[in-house]
This record gives sequence, structure tokens and C-alpha cells, in this order.
Amino acid sequence: MTTTAARRATTVTAPPYQGDSTNGDSTKGDAGTHPGAAVEPHLDPALTGRPDVRPTSRRLGPGQRRRFAGLVGPAALILLWVVASATGLLDPRILSEPWTVVATAGELIADGRLQENLAISAQRAGLGLFFGIVVGAVLAVLSGLSRVGESLIDGPVQIKRAIPGLALIPLLILWFGIDETMKVLTITLGVFVPIYLQTHAGLRGIDLRYVELAQTVGLSRAGFIRRVVLPGALPGFFLGLRFAVTGAWVSLVVVEQINSTSGIGYMMELARTYGQTNIIVLGLAVYGVLGLLSDAAVRLLERKALSWQRTLAG
Amino acid sequence: MATHTGGLKSAGPSNEVSVRNLIRSFGPKGVLNGVDLDIAPGEFVALLGPSGCGKSTLLRALAGLDRDVRGSGVVKVPEQVSVVFQDSRLLPWDSVLGNVTLGLRDHDADARGRRALAEVGLAGREKAWPHELSGGEQQRVALARSLVREPRLLLADEPFGALDALTRLKMHALLKDLVAAHRPAVLLVTHDVDEAITLADRVIVLQDGRVALERTAGTSVDQSSLRGELLAALGVHAAA
Ligand SMILES: Nc1ncnc2c1ncn2[C@@H]1O[C@H](COP(=O)(O)OP(=O)(O)OP(=O)(O)O)[C@@H](O)[C@H]1O
Ligand SMILES: [Mg+2]
Repeated sequence: MTTTAARRATTVTAPPYQGDSTNGDSTKGDAGTHPGAAVEPHLDPALTGRPDVRPTSRRLGPGQRRRFAGLVGPAALILLWVVASATGLLDPRILSEPWTVVATAGELIADGRLQENLAISAQRAGLGLFFGIVVGAVLAVLSGLSRVGESLIDGPVQIKRAIPGLALIPLLILWFGIDETMKVLTITLGVFVPIYLQTHAGLRGIDLRYVELAQTVGLSRAGFIRRVVLPGALPGFFLGLRFAVTGAWVSLVVVEQINSTSGIGYMMELARTYGQTNIIVLGLAVYGVLGLLSDAAVRLLERKALSWQRTLAG
Repeated sequence: MATHTGGLKSAGPSNEVSVRNLIRSFGPKGVLNGVDLDIAPGEFVALLGPSGCGKSTLLRALAGLDRDVRGSGVVKVPEQVSVVFQDSRLLPWDSVLGNVTLGLRDHDADARGRRALAEVGLAGREKAWPHELSGGEQQRVALARSLVREPRLLLADEPFGALDALTRLKMHALLKDLVAAHRPAVLLVTHDVDEAITLADRVIVLQDGRVALERTAGTSVDQSSLRGELLAALGVHAAA
């Protein structure tokens, strides 16, 4: 009797959220050494009424989604920059102060140069992204749904994947000159690969059971693609899209800094020759903001389009 | 007519399903070694058999999902066949209504889908995602999906296997009502002898790749002796 009481006391005083199984195990071991006190801990009515029994199982997911949570990290980074500049820890010749950059932005907006360059950059990235998405998705569906398509398409894409996109630029310049076609094409070539790879993987990962279902309900080929293949490949497509958007900005920087007479990259390249750190930093900030915004847009789109999914991200 | 007689060899051109000498093997292993099966229009047949005896294989062959079936005989199956799988097999990215009307091409597909959902007691849930439904509700959507196409033959592979006993009883009643209303021929694969007896007009036991036993069920039959006989055929000896 005394053992039981002592045991009960230990359990009650045990802090909440401590693993229950640990308690149970130690008590069982205890009972083994004292065969006289064979009270099962779970059966003791005093124990079942414990106030510290966990109502739900331990949470393993990341928890509730909070608004603007994605901005916390970038804001902290900016704060660090402000503090470092204000305290003089950061030499303005190495990295301009945030307020100088803001002032520079004001001037460039006032004389229209920022908008102009931003518009042309956004147009290049947008066009490249658009063509890349279309080409990547179409190739993925063709190669995912037919053996002929796969043997024709998959190999060349894998080869393209092995060649760094930037290594193609010299050839593209020879073929297309240095005008817009070459720039958009470079971005397209960088974009379509992740779209293709992820969409293809998503499509190939569609459960065979759904294919059987489509057969038994008599779906047509077109209906099968529209109702099963495309929605089933959508999670993969969105993963690819996030890679693609980042890739589009990266390619953009390169084509604009190598040979260009307009765009954010050109603006930065020009600033470099004049040693204008503030404009260079502004350009970087613009790229950063663009990248962040486009990624947020993709994620929003993804959440809307994949609301049928129950995932950890929630 | 054939519904009640459930004749053991009621072969004839009027049969909905007519299978002779169906053979299927996986590698050297013969799973179905010459199955003969007839199902009359509107007849409810339950298929029993030990695990791994080839019940699902037979069903898949009838559903046209298996391209490697052989046999010297015939396989005659109607055009409009619906299949209910053991898992509800709803497309997770489609709404409940979208799942029910999947593959329907007529203009009033949505209206028919809504009616079918109402029939299985799920009116008002048309816009829900499948994952928002309970297991029993998902299986009811699967039933609605198969019956909305007014099949001549309903093939069901342990459709209630994953459900709890109480839900299963409710589903039996629902299936009975639905079959009475739509009158398809039914082939129901089940592990549950009682399920077979309560639902079917005829019960067959598959063993060693052949139909080993075939009995008429229904109210006119002594249920407990039928139950004992079926259990014995399955290798279980019920305490009488
Ligand atoms: N795709 C396959 N490849 C190889 N063997 C298979 C395949 N499908 C089924 N089999 C074999 O065929 C036999 C019959 O399988 P089937 O699924 O038809 O059994 P079942 O009667 O439905 O069993 P259960 O009641 O457990 O569902 C099993 O031994 C199984 O291993
Ligand atoms: Mg089976």
C-alpha cells in the first residue's frame, strides 16, 4: 500500500509534458522488483484522474501559420545593417548606409531612371519566365505521358541540365546578337529545366491507383490529363516554379551585367565604373525585394491552388 | 426472375457476366486456374475466399484492369461496369461532387451527381475536399460515384473492409437500398461471411483458383447452416 501511495505521489508531482511512457516504464520495473505491490499504474483510479494527463498528443508540426511571419528574417537583417552603419561599425565605402541608399532611390525615382530600368528588367524576367514555364510544363507532360516522348525529351533535358546556363551565353550571343532575344532566351533556358524536372517528377509520382480509377470511370485521354495528370503534377510544378523564379532573377543579373544598355544590372554595372557604391547597393536591394516578392507571390498562388492538400506547412 | 432462383449454372445469353475457364498466373504461380462464373441481371453475388486466393485478381480481370488474363473460355462483361475499391480512391484534388461526376460527359452530370450524393446521405457536402470527410463518408462518396453511372454491373472489392463494425452495418443497409433502387448485378468481394449472407442472393467461395462452393443465400435459406457451411469451406469450424 505504501509503495502505491509513494508511486502515486511521484506521478502527480511529475511535471506536465514529461513523457508518460517514462513514468509507466519505471513503475513497471519497480513492480517487477517488488512482486507484492502488483498494482498496474493505469488501473489505479487515483492515477486515471490525474490532472496532468495530456489532452492531446505532442505536436510535431511547426504550429499555426502567422501573418507576415516571412518578413521577420529580412527585417532583422535590415535592422542589423542600420545598427552597424549608425554605430560606424560598417565603413560606408564598403557598404553604403541604408539612408544613403534610400536617398539614392529617391533621386533615381525622381529622374525616372529607376522605374525605367526596373520595367525593362521585369519585362525580360517575365518573358523568360513565361516561355520557360510553358516549355518546361509542356515537355514534362509529353515526356511523362508517352514512352516516345520520354526517350526523345528526357535525355536532351538532362544534358541541358548538366551544362551551366551561363556557359551557353557566348554561343547565344553569336547566334542572336546581344539584343532582347538573347537575354530572354538565356532566362528561358534557365527556367524551363527546374519546371520540367519537378513537374515530370510530380507527374511520374501520381499514384497508379488513380490511373486505374480513371480507366474504370471511362475518362478520355484529354479528361485524364485534365482531371488526374495536371492536378496530380501541380505540387511538383509549384516546387519547380519556385526554383524557376529564383533562377530567372539570377540569369537576369548575368545577362544585364555582361552586355546591356538598360536594366537594373546595367545600372549597377555603370555605377561600378564610377565607384557609386550607393547605386550598387540599391540595385542589390531591388533584386532582393523582387526576389522576395516573386517568391511570396508563387507561394500565395501555391497555397490557393493546392488548398486540397493537407501538409505540414498548413 | 434469376434473382431469386440464383441457379448454380444458369448459363445463357441473358447473363450479365459470363466467365468460362478464366486463367491468371503471376510468373509460375497460378492464381486463377479456370474460374467459371455467371451472374444474372440484378443478381447480388458475394465472393468469399481465404486471403491471397485471387479474389481481387478475379475482380480486376472483370473490371478490365488486367491485360494479362488468359483462358480458353469466354469473359463476357457488360459495357457499364462500376468498381468500388477497398480504399475509397477519391481524387484528393477534386471536390466531392467532382469526384462523383468524374468521367460523366452529359450536360446534367452535376445534377445527377448531387442526386447521387443525396442518396448516400451526403447532400450539402458537394464542395468539401475528400480529406474533410470521415472514412465512412468517403466510402459513401465512392458508392455515389459508382452508382451515378447506372452500371449494369457493380464490382466491389471489400468496400467496407476499413470501416468499424457499426458503420459497416449502416453501409450494408445503404448498399441494399441502393442496389434495390438501381438494380445492377453485383459482385461483392468480402472476408465477412455474415456480410455475404445478409447482402447476397448467392455466395461463392474461391479456393485454389477455382470456384469451390456455390450456395444460394437469401431469406428462404437456413442462415445458420449456410453460415456453418461457408465457414467450414473457409477452413474455420464454427462452434455450433
Ligand atoms: N501484381 C502482382 N504481382 C505478383 N503477384 C501478384 C500480383 N497481384 C496479386 N498477386 C498474387 O496473386 C495472389 C492473389 O492475390 P489477390 O490480391 O487476388 O488475393 P485476394 O484473394 O484478393 O486476397 P485478400 O483477401 O488478402 O485481398 C496473391 O498470392 C498475390 O501474391
Ligand atoms: Mg484482395
